[in-house]
Amino acid sequence: MTTIQSVFERLQAQGRKALIPFITAGDPDPAWTVPLLHALVRAGADIIELGVPFSDPMADGPTIQRASERALAKGVSLRQVLELVESFRADDQQTPIVLMGYANPIESMGVEVFAGAACAAGVNGVLVVDYPPEEGIDFARILHRHALDPIFLLAPTSSDARISQVGALASGYIYYVSLKGVTGSAALDVAAVAARIPEIRARTGVPVGVGFGIRDAATAAAVAGIADAVVVGSRIIEEIEQSAPDQACAKVLALVADIRRGMDAATNASGGTTWAR
Amino acid sequence: MNDYDLPDARGHFGPYGGVFVAETLIAALDELKEAYAAAQRDPQFVAEFNDELKHYVGRPSPVYHARRWSEALGGAQIYLKREDLNHTGAHKINNCIGQALLARRMQKPRVIAETGAGQHGVATATVAARYGMECVVYMGSEDIRRQAANVYRMKLLGAVVVPVESGSRTLKDALNEAMRDWVTNVSDTFYIIGTVAGPHPYPMMVRDFQSIIGRESIVQMQEQCGRQPDAVIACVGGGSNAMGIFYPYIPVAGVRLIGVEAAGEGIATGQHAASLTAGRPGVLHGNRTYLLQDENGQITETHSISAGLDYPGVGPEHAWLKDSGRAEYVSISDAEALQAFHDLCRLEGIIPALESSHALAYATRLAPTLAKEQILLVNLSGRGDKDMHTVADQSGITF
Repeated sequence: MTTIQSVFERLQAQGRKALIPFITAGDPDPAWTVPLLHALVRAGADIIELGVPFSDPMADGPTIQRASERALAKGVSLRQVLELVESFRADDQQTPIVLMGYANPIESMGVEVFAGAACAAGVNGVLVVDYPPEEGIDFARILHRHALDPIFLLAPTSSDARISQVGALASGYIYYVSLKGVTGSAALDVAAVAARIPEIRARTGVPVGVGFGIRDAATAAAVAGIADAVVVGSRIIEEIEQSAPDQACAKVLALVADIRRGMDAATNASGGTTWAR
Repeated sequence: MNDYDLPDARGHFGPYGGVFVAETLIAALDELKEAYAAAQRDPQFVAEFNDELKHYVGRPSPVYHARRWSEALGGAQIYLKREDLNHTGAHKINNCIGQALLARRMQKPRVIAETGAGQHGVATATVAARYGMECVVYMGSEDIRRQAANVYRMKLLGAVVVPVESGSRTLKDALNEAMRDWVTNVSDTFYIIGTVAGPHPYPMMVRDFQSIIGRESIVQMQEQCGRQPDAVIACVGGGSNAMGIFYPYIPVAGVRLIGVEAAGEGIATGQHAASLTAGRPGVLHGNRTYLLQDENGQITETHSISAGLDYPGVGPEHAWLKDSGRAEYVSISDAEALQAFHDLCRLEGIIPALESSHALAYATRLAPTLAKEQILLVNLSGRGDKDMHTVADQSGITF
């Protein structure tokens, strides 16, 4: 069992849902990334998605684009992102880290080399936005060989056949993109999302996280009522962007802790759902 | 290469091409793939496309023997495929007609496009006006500043031009932004990509629509010369005019295919846009191809005097033609392209686009090394009216 799987097992036993915050590595400065990661854990993060900056983030909205640009302006490379994970691991051996980014920096390093280095640094999963399952088969195999979970996206427009195709490759969790558009778009439609999740769980047997458009504790609570994990990204990046660097950790901690409380209140009330087949 | 039938069903040209996009775009690309396949089989669609090319674009474009220029170079005979004579002044319109007809067939009332220099934006705005569609063109704010006349042309044609402020604020960022629009508005919007790049089926579809250039050339060369040329030469940015003229020639033995990239201020200076000459394979804009990138896999900014060649990637079929050896790729500097521009103006009374001037410049290098009976066919992909300011600037002239 991978670390990510064991997190979901534990949460399920507790009747709770996973909170997965996202930040971009190196934003606003590489020196703040490790403190921010620890702050996220203190605020109640179960898993953290760490964005790898890329010059052409085609699937991201303006907020995460700007985070990527700030990190690139500081010269942050994939190699440095791995070093940041390694420093985080000095004080935290528990909280899974999922790298989220685009194919080119990984292919530039070499997929095998990357998988080995990511495993050694303490990474637990990898989500490559522009590897849909048909282009990600070899990649998923290599990740599995290095005990890394390949995380795939599914969308409201994904057919049943594609859901099964993703289920055959994915482990850890599946990231369900809750709406049409890019990251940081308008609020999501909880009822529409709720209608799709049982189908995805049934076809894949993997926990389902929902992201895109989750901006506050109330929405996070609603999503926690139907999904196995809640992903929050752009809203956190906005908090970092609007804070003085030395205030960012405290601001992010307060925001994420508020979302955590909202989620836990909701799942206590509902008693949770199950992802296991 | 007689049995050339790429791409495969999933859009691969050998290791290149493919569908490297987020899951959110997959359904839209599948829908497009099916609609395009059905349209290709529909005689009515094909007939309407051909009719529009004839009566609206003005096809076939002539093949012209540049006698004085050939004589001055003292070697091979140079023929020009006159895509500059098309409506809107370049080859771009061929593809825009095809995709707009497809958009109409798919009942998408809104079209979007990316543009660098503005040529593809103008061609898209033109067909949107022609077919009564809403049109939004994404353009880097840096390019908007440099190409004010084309921005105005698009607005005259009824398009909304949206400035893109992210990244390097140029063509690649405009493409990112158009993709973001498409993923958000996919139910009523058709994305008209301007070159043979992007996720499958775009590289194949744009090539097919542009291949009218090569199909006409094969007929016209036979009529005028009784044979096919020894080499076909075309400039390559994304590579749509080159794919258009190369594709029908791939199975024709004895015809060299030569793509000319922008060497800018020289390959060694790093100020260029020559992805096939100086790049390495990677993934950008939905496909795997040769890219200009740094050691960490970040896409680098490019330079060329011609905005239409100023792109850090290249169509995946060119990547395959390079690796397979069927086509050769060379590069021409800003200065060499400018020289060819002036030569064609003075010797033939034709003002070529700076993009096309790269292909012309390579012909000036090659022709003198060949015998007088040999034949070069150069794709004159566009006219140079849009480049007046750039060329005048180079000569220290202000209007």
